[in-house]
Amino acid sequence: MSTLPGAPVVAARGLVKRYGTFEAVRGIDLDVPAGRCFGFLGPNGAGKTTTMRMIATSAPPSEGELTVLGLPVERGREIRSRMGVVPQENNLDEEITVIQNLVVYARYFDIPPSVAQPRGEELLEFVALGDKRERMPEELSGGMKRRLLIARALMSDPEVLVLDEPTTGLDPQARHLVWEKLRELKRRGVTLLLTTHYMEEASQLCDRLVIMHEGRILVEGSPRELVAREVPPQVVEVLEPQDHEREHLAALEGVADHVEHLSDRVLLYGNDGEALLGKVRGIVADQGSVWLRGSGLEDVFLSLTGRRLIE
Amino acid sequence: MSAVAPSRSLLRPPDVRLRSAFRLWQRNATIYRRTYKMNLLPNFFEPFLYLLAMGLGLGAYLSQVEGIRYIDFIAPGLVATAAMFGTSYDVTFNAFVKLRFGKVYDAVMATPLTPEDIALGELLWGTTRAFIYGVVFLIIASFFGVVHSWLALLAPLAIALVGMMFSVIGLAFTAVVPLIDYFTYYWTLFITPMFLFSGIFFPLDRLPDWVQSVAWFIPLHQAVNLMRALVLHGDPGAAAAAAAWIVVLTAALGVLPLNLLRRRMIR
Repeated sequence: MSTLPGAPVVAARGLVKRYGTFEAVRGIDLDVPAGRCFGFLGPNGAGKTTTMRMIATSAPPSEGELTVLGLPVERGREIRSRMGVVPQENNLDEEITVIQNLVVYARYFDIPPSVAQPRGEELLEFVALGDKRERMPEELSGGMKRRLLIARALMSDPEVLVLDEPTTGLDPQARHLVWEKLRELKRRGVTLLLTTHYMEEASQLCDRLVIMHEGRILVEGSPRELVAREVPPQVVEVLEPQDHEREHLAALEGVADHVEHLSDRVLLYGNDGEALLGKVRGIVADQGSVWLRGSGLEDVFLSLTGRRLIE
Repeated sequence: MSAVAPSRSLLRPPDVRLRSAFRLWQRNATIYRRTYKMNLLPNFFEPFLYLLAMGLGLGAYLSQVEGIRYIDFIAPGLVATAAMFGTSYDVTFNAFVKLRFGKVYDAVMATPLTPEDIALGELLWGTTRAFIYGVVFLIIASFFGVVHSWLALLAPLAIALVGMMFSVIGLAFTAVVPLIDYFTYYWTLFITPMFLFSGIFFPLDRLPDWVQSVAWFIPLHQAVNLMRALVLHGDPGAAAAAAAWIVVLTAALGVLPLNLLRRRMIR
């Protein structure tokens, strides 16, 4: 049984999740196309992880409709047999070796060891852990553990891979290695669903994404589309301006399309960055605290919520 | 297709598949195999020590209980106890660690297995451990000449039954306790009193009637009766009565750990 070509891998209508009186997800609609990387971006507590848990069939929705791989979410066994899950927290089996972790996990999918053993070796090579097969999980670094979790999720050859903050807590090098592997999986046709609060991760990996805030979806689109649609293309950032400088910068509203005041900085958005930069330089004494950059997803989020993604 | 939160009733039919439960059993067996030499050896020493100290040591002063050698009297009860201890540690502390700290169950929940499969797998594994502990004890004890009936050939089956009963009780407890510290209550208020007052070391029939009425409800007491009927007295009627009691209790409570674990894990 396979999904129809072009049919969404995940489709949600009016999806709600409540814990007691707290609404973690407050009515969202989703259509995740097959073979792409789809991202859920938002700060902690936005409802990303709860949404992923519903998609991974471990949290039944309180309201609304949800189908995964064309199946209603109540058919968890069938859905999970075609899905790989990479958790946010390491939950490797600490009592068995790296390769045994893969073989034991494959057995949960009724994959016999004679198949799982060579597939496990192959996947360890893929995630660059070929020389670690007989090690215990505790001997691995954080980045290696994350890669092993990815290999484990791939043991059942899933159609869709669900990743909850795949690079949180990793150093930049380890992060880039994970991104590289995820891009390769996408090329092989695996649908990727991931949550993140890193703008760079979202723009590097995601073909489409939604930005979530307080249980709702604020916007949806490709990273490029969202930036082009929601914010002016250029930003002048002023780090820690003096109070009187803040007042003068505030007066630039009108010259700039929009001025955003944060506790530690002021952001001035506009189409003509150079012109804006010239005006700002005339106001701020410490020239080293002023710079011009292109706007990104962080700015989209900021303009929608008045808050930053990572606080 | 509208999503409605499924029933959280403890009596709902569990979403369980025997093959999936067996996968968790295999996971536990894989880990046990890595360390079985280290694990199994104490199992041989413990019966020796008990039979030596209680049976021969204390028995030298008691000479006879109900016209029976003291070591013959206590050995069947100790076999039942070995089965109880064989599973109890595993379905309480070990299972709780897998649930809360190691997050092993979280990982398994991302596969086709359900919480009910996990619970049944743990019950089967607990039963397996009870079987190993109980049978090893019985074999060692048989060298002390404590087996007096051919019905003892049914003892392995009885040991498995006793193991399943204590697995069900222990895992149900594990599925509801919030903190690992609560297991102290399970052991000091349930396991240890049962061990002391189930008629293993002294017969209960000289005690007041009400004690015997209460004893009838104690799971380990029934397990001791079962084992003694098979190994010592060769009394099929008594064995059948005790076995029936254990089967009824185990069947009645059997669905509880499965649904309790679902309630705990699916939120």
